[in-house]
Amino acid sequence: MIRLILGKLAYMLPTFFGITIVAFGFVRVLPGDPVLLMAGERGLSPERYKEMLAQLGFDRPLWAQYVEFLNRVLHGDLGQSLSTKKPVLTEFLTLFPATVELALCAIILATAIGIPAGVFAAIKRGSWFDQLSMGTALVGYSMPIFWWGLLLIIFFSGMLGWTPVSGRISLIYFFPDVTGFMLIDSLLSGQKGAFASALSHLILPTIVLATIPLAVIARQTRSAMLEVLGEDYVRTARAKGLSPRRVIGVHALRNAMIPVITTIGLQVGVLLAGAILTETIFSWPGIGKWMVESITRRDYPVVQGGLLLIAAIVMIVNLIVDLLYGFINPRIRHS
Amino acid sequence: MTDATSLQPGTRRQMLAEFWFYFRENRGAVIGLWVFLALVVIAVLAPLIAPHSPTDTNTNVLLMPPFWQEGGSATYILGTDAIGRDILTRLLYGARFSLFIGLVVVTIALIGGVVLGLLAGFFGGWVDTVIMRVMDVILAFPSLLLALVLVAVLGPGLLNAMIAIALVLQPHFARLTRAAVMAEKNREYVMAARVAGAGKMRLMFRTILPNCLAPLIVQGTLSFSNAILDAAALGFLGMGAQPPTPEWGTMLAEAREFILSAWWVVTFPGLAILITVLAINLMGDGLRDALDPKLKRS
Amino acid sequence: MALLDIRNLTVAFDTAAGPFKAVDGIDITVASHEVLAIVGESGSGKSVSMLAVMGLLPDTAKVTADKMEFNGQNLAAMTPAQRRKIIGREITMIFQEPMASLNPCYTVGFQIEEVLRLNLGMDARTARARAVELFTDVGIPDPAGRLDSYPHQMSGGQCQRVMIAIAIACKPKLLIADEPTTALDVTIQKQILDLLMTLQEEQGMGLILITHDMGVVAETADRVVVQYKGRKMEEADVLTLFEAPKNQYTRALMSALPENATGKRLSTVADFMANEANA
Repeated sequence: MIRLILGKLAYMLPTFFGITIVAFGFVRVLPGDPVLLMAGERGLSPERYKEMLAQLGFDRPLWAQYVEFLNRVLHGDLGQSLSTKKPVLTEFLTLFPATVELALCAIILATAIGIPAGVFAAIKRGSWFDQLSMGTALVGYSMPIFWWGLLLIIFFSGMLGWTPVSGRISLIYFFPDVTGFMLIDSLLSGQKGAFASALSHLILPTIVLATIPLAVIARQTRSAMLEVLGEDYVRTARAKGLSPRRVIGVHALRNAMIPVITTIGLQVGVLLAGAILTETIFSWPGIGKWMVESITRRDYPVVQGGLLLIAAIVMIVNLIVDLLYGFINPRIRHS
Repeated sequence: MTDATSLQPGTRRQMLAEFWFYFRENRGAVIGLWVFLALVVIAVLAPLIAPHSPTDTNTNVLLMPPFWQEGGSATYILGTDAIGRDILTRLLYGARFSLFIGLVVVTIALIGGVVLGLLAGFFGGWVDTVIMRVMDVILAFPSLLLALVLVAVLGPGLLNAMIAIALVLQPHFARLTRAAVMAEKNREYVMAARVAGAGKMRLMFRTILPNCLAPLIVQGTLSFSNAILDAAALGFLGMGAQPPTPEWGTMLAEAREFILSAWWVVTFPGLAILITVLAINLMGDGLRDALDPKLKRS
Repeated sequence: MALLDIRNLTVAFDTAAGPFKAVDGIDITVASHEVLAIVGESGSGKSVSMLAVMGLLPDTAKVTADKMEFNGQNLAAMTPAQRRKIIGREITMIFQEPMASLNPCYTVGFQIEEVLRLNLGMDARTARARAVELFTDVGIPDPAGRLDSYPHQMSGGQCQRVMIAIAIACKPKLLIADEPTTALDVTIQKQILDLLMTLQEEQGMGLILITHDMGVVAETADRVVVQYKGRKMEEADVLTLFEAPKNQYTRALMSALPENATGKRLSTVADFMANEANA
């Protein structure tokens, strides 16, 4: 197991360096003068320009700049935001819990509905439930989620007035950040109505962000389950006189989950991409909205740092999924 | 035994007939195909069938609702937007952009990915390592984020958005091609061609490639719908096609501020995206079933 | 009284090209303590008829029979839940691919103790002890240690022994073995057959052995049913069958045995059937 982890880490290392090269290189290929771009100031005096040039290290050879960049990155220094003058890492860490909260709720919703739906569709193959759920899944899979979010706002916020349009919680509540997760913090604050407010702000973004993962998980679960149900060991389980519930719930499900776990892991990248759109629509103060705003605002240090951090997180999550995969699949664990 | 390029025309027709037989069994796929063909016709004939010009503004009819609602008119069947342009016309023209985007993106991604995948799979060694590592790096970024950043580098606009999307979709083709080539390259028919003195280029493109086509076609349809979605998303975020282009995502971006006052300006462009993407995905499912011999018998 | 008594069993599958009869009017009877061999090529419906008895066929299969009785109980009239009281306890089955027949995600110990706990109501500790005994009975070395192994860590022969241990765990009255040695090495085949015969004798159970191998039939069976394309060709006592096969198809099967080969090429059933047709 230890060797497996080390092997995966060794494989990831070149990819990580590749990511740093992309983040490093992206500022250099931007049209325009990199000093002006990174300094974010207009009309610099020639002296100031020289000063900035030296400070940012653009006067040195490219490889030396990269080594310096890598060194800073590995020490946790990702530069400063041009607009807020705060360290990029600090900003990221403040906003990240909001994205994690949303993404976690979305993946829980997607899994909680997607797996049972896929399992039932497979068991009742060809039934009206199968056709309806798989038809719905294909619609969900084809959904432009930015439009889906707007539709939900029109219906639930506009016409029914049930949910708020944007933000994480109503402005009348104020309490300290403990975990960074609004649902937990609002409970901890003990303020009446705070939790309900946080929850009502969370519902629509969660549905929107969960839509595509839900569709993918349901479809994948169904096909994995169909394949497993045709396996010899399922026939053996039935030949033992076990109840259908046990045959499916114990013998088939565990095997069918092996590919589904991988799929769920791969959805993390999809979730972060989806968070860009979902957070923009619902003004959810997370890293997706932060990145979009930084791109439009040309806050390049933030874009550079955010790109690096997000890719690193996707890689780490994929590593965890790989290990989890080994854990539930004995054939991998022992090889 | 024979390489696929030297098949008799008769066998090829028979293969097509068999393919069509399996494709036709999937009702959804056939519906998807018809809708897609209808969209192609609309895209081609947009200037002829559109009731107005996509850029003409009529300041007398700002935010006019669809004809069946009070205040609507049959002149503007689906209503007008904030500066008095006919929504139906813009939707019809939008089909041109979406299909064009899908086509261009898939072509670029397919060619790039196939060439890289062929090189990696055929030569192996360090060529393989370098190419696949670069693909790993691209895939480590969430695709929409990478596309956004690329557009920021290249400058906002439809062409740059298409290049960016093609670049982030391309590794999937490279991986598929490489896997297929690795599986095929030690098969007997390749050996036979090699012994017969086929050059490397001929081996790669004429002998091996035709036998890896099925998964590539399926991935191609998937990428087609992804490209349309991503391009619309970029347009929505202001990084894709720029106003006044009647691109569906861009139309949505312009309509965002009216979501609570004029539902139609928001609803129809998104519905157009959904229908197009859904039709292509339905077709993709049918293609997969018809081309994948493993699933055929089940 | 017969242990298993089946009259006019027909199994039809719904296919795209219309219904296909995999089993067409088969009668099978087995007495307790008897070894019945069902012989035929692949596709002759021999497995399908036994899967029908077990109730393991997919929903697309339509099973009809004039009579389907086990130990005097009418199997056909039972609800699935009632049938599960018999399947896995009184009638058990082992299959052709032992490795694929065991669940790769669970230890073999789990898979045998599951039967002991759920079918016989044993607690975990009793089940563990009984599993060790059963593994010893089927000749698995280091039985206690092996319980924690996964199927992929064992050989095909070992997996088949595990399957047999699971099958005899509830002391069944009838064991159906569907080509139990086909997927195994030749040397292991003999061991597994010997094990099955020993257990059959010790426990006094009925044994139905499905095979395409006339050699296996000669060594094990009391009585033989020969099946071809879903129909019964011949049924006879094993000695009678080998001495004087009545049916031409049976003779064809016999001539395909290596020891009966004449000339350089081993003749096949198809050759024989063709010769008969010409003659």
